[in-house]
Amino acid sequence: MKKASLLFIFLSVLVITFAQSDDASAKRKTIPQVNIKDVYGNVFNTANIENGGKPVIIDFWATWCTPCKRELDAINDVFDDWVKETGVKLYAISVDDPRSSSLVKPYVDGKGWSYTILLDQNSDLKRAMGVGPIPMTFVLNGKGEIVWSHTTFAQGNENDIIEVIRKIVKGEAIK
Amino acid sequence: MKKIILLCIGMAAVGLFPARLPAQDFLKNAQITGSFQADAALYQTDAAMGINSQSLNGQPIRMNGFTEVNYEYKNFYAGMRFEAYLPPLLGYDAQYQGAGVPYWYVKYKNDLLEITAGNFYEQFAQGMTFRTYQDWTLGYDNSMRGLRVKFMPSKGITITGVYGFQRTFWIPYQNNNRGIVKGLDADFNLNDIFNALANAKLKITLGGSFVSDYQAGKTMIYPVGDKVYTFNLPENVACYGGRLNLNYAGVNFYSEYAHKINDPSQMNVYIYKPGNSILFDLSYSRKNFGVEIKSKWIDNFSYKSNRSYTINGLDINYLPAINKEHTYALASMYPYATQTTGEVGIAAGVMYTIPKNTKLGGKNGLTIAVDFSQVNSIKKTPVNDTTPIGQSGTLGYATNFYSVGNEVYWQETQVEISKKFGKKVKGIFDYLYQTYNKAVVQGHPEDPLIYSQIGIADVTYNVNKKLSLRWELQGLWTKQDNGNWAAGLMEITISPKWFFSVSDQWNYGNSDASKQLHYYNVAAGFVYNTSRIQLSWGRQREGIICVGGVCRYVPQSSGLTLTVTSSF
Repeated sequence: MKKASLLFIFLSVLVITFAQSDDASAKRKTIPQVNIKDVYGNVFNTANIENGGKPVIIDFWATWCTPCKRELDAINDVFDDWVKETGVKLYAISVDDPRSSSLVKPYVDGKGWSYTILLDQNSDLKRAMGVGPIPMTFVLNGKGEIVWSHTTFAQGNENDIIEVIRKIVKGEAIK
Repeated sequence: MKKIILLCIGMAAVGLFPARLPAQDFLKNAQITGSFQADAALYQTDAAMGINSQSLNGQPIRMNGFTEVNYEYKNFYAGMRFEAYLPPLLGYDAQYQGAGVPYWYVKYKNDLLEITAGNFYEQFAQGMTFRTYQDWTLGYDNSMRGLRVKFMPSKGITITGVYGFQRTFWIPYQNNNRGIVKGLDADFNLNDIFNALANAKLKITLGGSFVSDYQAGKTMIYPVGDKVYTFNLPENVACYGGRLNLNYAGVNFYSEYAHKINDPSQMNVYIYKPGNSILFDLSYSRKNFGVEIKSKWIDNFSYKSNRSYTINGLDINYLPAINKEHTYALASMYPYATQTTGEVGIAAGVMYTIPKNTKLGGKNGLTIAVDFSQVNSIKKTPVNDTTPIGQSGTLGYATNFYSVGNEVYWQETQVEISKKFGKKVKGIFDYLYQTYNKAVVQGHPEDPLIYSQIGIADVTYNVNKKLSLRWELQGLWTKQDNGNWAAGLMEITISPKWFFSVSDQWNYGNSDASKQLHYYNVAAGFVYNTSRIQLSWGRQREGIICVGGVCRYVPQSSGLTLTVTSSF
C-alpha cells in the first residue's frame, strides 16, 4: 500500500510539473482524430474541425452543466461581434450522454446560440484531449494548433478568449 | 488471458512500427495528452451529526485519485490510467481500496479500420443493448478489457465488434466470476450510402446490434420457501435491438427497440421472462425555439455480466432515467433512477427565447423553459392462478406492450426563466413541483410518496470585467421525509484565477428538532490555465447522486476536502 501511495504521489508531481511547463520549442498539439457525431446522428471525424485558416474555439459543455451554459451564454452575448471582427468559429462539444443528448439540439436552438454543435456521447474526444471537469475551452490557431486552453468558467473569462483570438489574427505570439 | 493480450500487443507493435523508424521521430512528433485528479478528505467527528471516531473507522484521511495519459503518434494510439483509493472516500464502495492500472489500451486507426486491444469504452446506439463508460464522481467503471474492431468500409457505414470482459473494482477475471461479452453493431447513414439520397432533405440513419453474454454454469440451487429448486440457467444471454433516426428540416424522430432472452438474475429475483425496452423521441427546433417529447417503456431489462450482482457494476447496457438532471442542491435532493424491473415514462419540454427589444423580452431578451416528466410502474399480471407475481423460477409475470401501471414512481413540473437585467445583472429563477416514490427508488418500503415544491433564485452581478458576485437562494417545502429546507450561497469570482464561496443548507423543517442542522461550507479555489485547486471545509448532508441508471449513496460527513484537477 505504501508503495502505491508513493507511486501515486510521484506520478502526481510529475504530471503537474509536466502540465505547467512552458516549453516554447515543443511542437504545438493538434486535435486528436476521433469519430463523434453531429446533431443529425452523422459520424463526424474531429480531424475535420477547421475554419478555413481562421481561429477556432472548442468548448466542452453539457446541458446539465450550469457554469458551461453560463460561459456559452456570456460568449453568445458578444459572439456576433467576435465573428465580424475575427471570423472565429466555435465548436460546442456536448458530452451529454444518452440521457440528455437528444435535448442538446432543442436546447441550443431554444437558447438561440449560433455555434457548431457536436455530440461526444461517450466522452471519447473528451478523454482523448485529456479534458477533466467541464467546462474546458481550447483555442486553435489557423493551422489547427492548440494555442490556449482553460478549465472552469468565471464571468469575465470570455475577455481572455477574445484577447487570444485577436493575437492570433494579428499574428502575435501566444505564451 | 494476460499472455494472449501481451502477444496481441507484441504483434501489433511489430506490425505497426517497422524497425527502420527513427526512434527520435517517435518521440518528437508524438502527442501526449492526459488528465489528473485527486480528491482528498480529512474527516472530522461531529457530535451534532452523530459522527464519532468509530463511524470514521479510524481512517479520517482518505483519498481518491487518478492519472490518465494518452499517447498518439500518426495512426498509433496508446494510453493508461492509474487509480488509487487510499482508502476510498466515504460513500465509495470499499472494494475500491487499493491502487493500480485498471485501464490501458493500444489502438491503431486508419480511414478504414480501427483496432483496439486492452480496455475500451463503447456505446451501441443510445446504449440500450451495450454501453461501457466511466464516471469518476459516481465511482463507476464498467470498461471492457479485450478487443474492439471498427470497420468503415465506405462513407455512411460503421461496423463495430467487441469481445472481452468488464471491469468491476479490482477483482481479477478468473474462474468465470463474470461473463464474457461479445457484441456486434452496424450503423448506416442512407444519405451517405445512396447517391440518390445525398441531397435529400430527409436524413435517414438506422442500425442494429446484437450482444451476447456468456456466463458458465448450467444450473443453480435456489431455495423458494421451504423447498429447494434446481434452476436451469441460460449460459448465453442474447440481447438485440434496432433503431431508426429521421430528420427533416427542424424535426427529428428517433426510436430504438431492444429485446433480451430470458435472463434469470438476482436483479429480477430469478424470473424467466424475456425483457423488452423501447424508446421514442420527437423534437422540433428553430432559432430561439425548441420542443422535445420522449417516452420509454422498460420491462425486465437489467443486463449484467454477472447474474448474482445487485451492486453498481458489470452493467452491459445503459438505461438512463428519462427526467432532467438537476445541479442545484435542493432540486437534486430527490433524484430519480431507472427501475430496470419495469417502468414507463414520458418527458416533454419546451424552450423559447423571447428576442431582444420586444415587449416581453425587454432590452436583453428572456428565456423561458417548461418541463414535465412522469414515470409509472408497468402493469403486471400473474402468469396463472397459482403463481404470485415475481415468483422465482417462473416467468414471473405477464404484461402487455406499453402497459401503464397505477403506481407513480416520479413526477416533475419545472418552470425556469433566465433573464438579463441590464449589462451587469443576470438571473435564473426556477419553480419545481416533484413527486418522489422513495419507497421504490431507494428501497425503503415504509416511506410515503414525497411531494415537494422547490424555488430557486440564482443571480449574478458583474461588478467589473474581473470581479463578479453570485447568490443562490433555494427553498424546498415538503410535509414528508425530512420536511422543509432552505439553502443559500454566495460566491465571489476574481477572473481568471480565484473564487471563494460560502454556503449553507438548513433543514429547518425537520420534525426532530435535534436534526434541524445547518450544513455549512466554505470553499476557496485557484485556477491556473488547465489546473484547478479547491479547498473546502464544512458539512456534507446525506444524499444520493444518480447518473444514468446508477446511483451512489453519499453519507453525511464533516471535514476538510481538497480537490486538485489538471489537464495536459
